[in-house]
Amino acid sequence: MNSDLIVFLVLSLVAIATALGMVFSRNAVYSALFLVLNFVTVAVFYLLLGAPFIAMSQITVYAGAIMVLFLFVIMLLGAENLPPSKALPWQRPLAFILALVLAVESVYLIISRAQSDGSITAPDASINTVENLREMAMTLFGQYLLPFEVTSILLLVAMVGAIVLTKQEKEG
Amino acid sequence: MVPVDYYIVLSAFLFTIGAMGVLAHRNPLIIFMSIELMLNAANLAFVAFASVHKTFDGQIFVFFVIAVAAAEVAVGLALIVEIFKSRRNIDVDEMNSLKG
Repeated sequence: MNSDLIVFLVLSLVAIATALGMVFSRNAVYSALFLVLNFVTVAVFYLLLGAPFIAMSQITVYAGAIMVLFLFVIMLLGAENLPPSKALPWQRPLAFILALVLAVESVYLIISRAQSDGSITAPDASINTVENLREMAMTLFGQYLLPFEVTSILLLVAMVGAIVLTKQEKEG
Repeated sequence: MVPVDYYIVLSAFLFTIGAMGVLAHRNPLIIFMSIELMLNAANLAFVAFASVHKTFDGQIFVFFVIAVAAAEVAVGLALIVEIFKSRRNIDVDEMNSLKG
């Protein structure tokens, strides 16, 4: 067993444990903090896979900005834990069974595909970071320039929408 | 090196946990976080495949997914805040109308 595999196994344990902690926490603030840890772990996976730019975006945008927004809203609303009244009794068992079915199905699909084509190889992480960044910028601003611009419009519309939604109505 | 199927299996597990969170919870904030978890699982698969095929297209897709997730969170949280202000409650089982 080589060191890469050990790192991968430990990190994936952390990732799955934090994901489960996120789902099963009673308090929504703990859920958000578990999710931050999960995002950081996944960012380390991106580094292992040779995608440093995506890893840094993950940490700044997801773990930084989005989760701070989540925490802010949770604490602003005081919605840490909803009162446990009137929960549907069959909802949680059904969710668990459906999730189990989904997990079995997807793992079966992956394993059967991996055996059938047999061409899935190990990723190449020996990539020069600066070279990687330059190549990625060339792709993003060359081949994918139009989607990039559309993304900027999307973010602008989302920002305007959020402001309009939460704007106080003037009396009269 | 770690074979890429391990990453894909991990991504499938994370996606499943996210789906379970969406199905099992009544707090829309936790449902939103579960959706983020699912998007993240998909991103992990994208990056794993991009690194196998030695191309940047997968990473570019992850970039776009992150941007869309940010937009989604901004609008969704604004909606949740607004619903909470008008009804003092955000339990999704009690939501049966968008009219304030």
